[in-house]
Amino acid sequence: MSKILADRMYSKDHEWVMMKDGVAVIGITDHAQDALGEIVYVELPEVGATFEVGEEVSNIESVKAASPIVSPASGEICEVNEELDGSPEKINEDPYEAYIYKMKDAVLADDLLDAAQYEKFLAEEV
Amino acid sequence: MSVPTIFDISKEGRGSFRLPRLDVPNTCNGLPENLRRQNTPTLPQVSELDVVRHYTKLSTMAFGVDNGFYPLGSCTMKYNPKVNEQVASLSGFTDIHPLQDASTVQGCLGVMHDLLKQLCAVTGMDWGTLQPCAGAHGEYTGLKIIRSYFLEKGDVTRTKILVPESAHGTNPASAAVNGFEVVQVMADKRGLVDLDDLKSKLGPDVAGIMLTNPSTLGLFEQDILEIASLVHGAGGLLYYDGANLNAILGKARPGDMGFDVVHLNLHKTFSTPHGGGGPGSGPVMVKKALCAFLPKPDVVENANGDYSFDWGCKSSIGKVSTFWGNFLVFLKAYAFILAMGGEGLKECGENAVLNANYILARLKGMYDVPYGDRCMHEFVMSLSRLKEETGVTAIDVAKGLLDRGYHPPTMYFPMIVHEALMIEPTESESKETLDDFCDAMIELHDIAYKDAQSLRNAPEHTVIGRVDEVMAAKNPVVHQ
Repeated sequence: MSKILADRMYSKDHEWVMMKDGVAVIGITDHAQDALGEIVYVELPEVGATFEVGEEVSNIESVKAASPIVSPASGEICEVNEELDGSPEKINEDPYEAYIYKMKDAVLADDLLDAAQYEKFLAEEV
Repeated sequence: MSVPTIFDISKEGRGSFRLPRLDVPNTCNGLPENLRRQNTPTLPQVSELDVVRHYTKLSTMAFGVDNGFYPLGSCTMKYNPKVNEQVASLSGFTDIHPLQDASTVQGCLGVMHDLLKQLCAVTGMDWGTLQPCAGAHGEYTGLKIIRSYFLEKGDVTRTKILVPESAHGTNPASAAVNGFEVVQVMADKRGLVDLDDLKSKLGPDVAGIMLTNPSTLGLFEQDILEIASLVHGAGGLLYYDGANLNAILGKARPGDMGFDVVHLNLHKTFSTPHGGGGPGSGPVMVKKALCAFLPKPDVVENANGDYSFDWGCKSSIGKVSTFWGNFLVFLKAYAFILAMGGEGLKECGENAVLNANYILARLKGMYDVPYGDRCMHEFVMSLSRLKEETGVTAIDVAKGLLDRGYHPPTMYFPMIVHEALMIEPTESESKETLDDFCDAMIELHDIAYKDAQSLRNAPEHTVIGRVDEVMAAKNPVVHQ
């Protein structure tokens, strides 16, 4: 059973997002890191770039596959987790601590799920 | 265990091979000085026995279909009949040059022409090209034909190619390389193309859809006629990825389903060697409306029965291969088709499907198969439950199979099945082989519950044990 925290919102693409002082902090869920397996590379987006909800921000590579990170928010990227550059395994170790990027002036997607809804969504997925 | 290269065992003075003295005029005189070799090449100095032992040893470390069962899903690792090799080594086929005058290689051109005719009959298409040298090369060629077709019509708005989420990764890649935008079509609960999702994505900006039928889930896209009419209705074309053609050989034809472009893998469906045994061949077949866009030269039969090359290329996408493609592979596929005949090819398909269903029936109680109790030539099992209950993953089971002398199935693909193992036995295998393989899978399932750690350490009986894939992906050493 994968870990789901009650303090944040989730997308159906298995990203989590948490608002902190008007900034959206975004990463991938425990379910996502478990499905990907050992992560070997995280392509970090550029600070200053803007993305809309549903756009592919960058890619994350594991030994099994490369998967897009689909933004659960619109806004401008104001910070990226540089630590992932040399240590992508941080996401496997603690996916809710190892965020990928932060967005300012962020507008969240309107179909995000809360923890209970995300848990139900996972249970229904094949 | 590290294995020395032939250069590692080289000893100065031990070389046992001498090139004969140059006894013809040196024709390098026209070459610019900077392109001429200054020193003799560094060749290993080894005795003939050193060479024989070295390569014999290496050959025992490889695994091919001649060594054992090779159920690599979507790759159709069927047996490569040795008579094909015999045919392809006849001197009339090997001692020729691609630039020889057509009048001196009539037999070879005849084989190419007749092979295309046979492939038309198998696929229900009107003509094709043998030039592409592999499946993805065929995809590239086929999509380039589609692109040229629309551009010549002045229809410049069709910039998108639809690709189902269960597709081979080469499909979106080939579309992207041709300048198309790739749009994914979702699968429905059955694992088939979701018709509502398809409808919502069709429009005047869609050039076509790429489909593999049966899909990589081993399921026949039963709505194919409706899909074809929807796509054609929206002005788009249908591309058939021939990776899984083996399942419907002699039973159904892509051309009859409404496909406009088809690529074949002679190295899968038509029994020519692949993997390390390569090279491949990926002919592309098209319907009449697209014939003008095929690569040139084409092999044509003249009124007097002679064959010649046709270079007329007003609308052609041009040449996509050096010379005429992998000619010796054509011969092997041609020999296979002639040996099997129409009825024989049909039996290939039937037995491939029967074999896959036999394994599925024996394993489905123990392993989960998310998409159905019946399959075509292959099926995909999910080891999610096994992983949750024991910690043993699809890769651990695959490594366990290595220890038991089997090539593992395709892993972690398609992506819509978690912890996937995709099993394709082909028609080549006997019931005894299938039973032994099923017994091994059942044994591995037992071990997962009793001694999971031993599987995480597998393989232990191979030349190289468990490799560190994370390290390899993070710090690849591609050249030393």
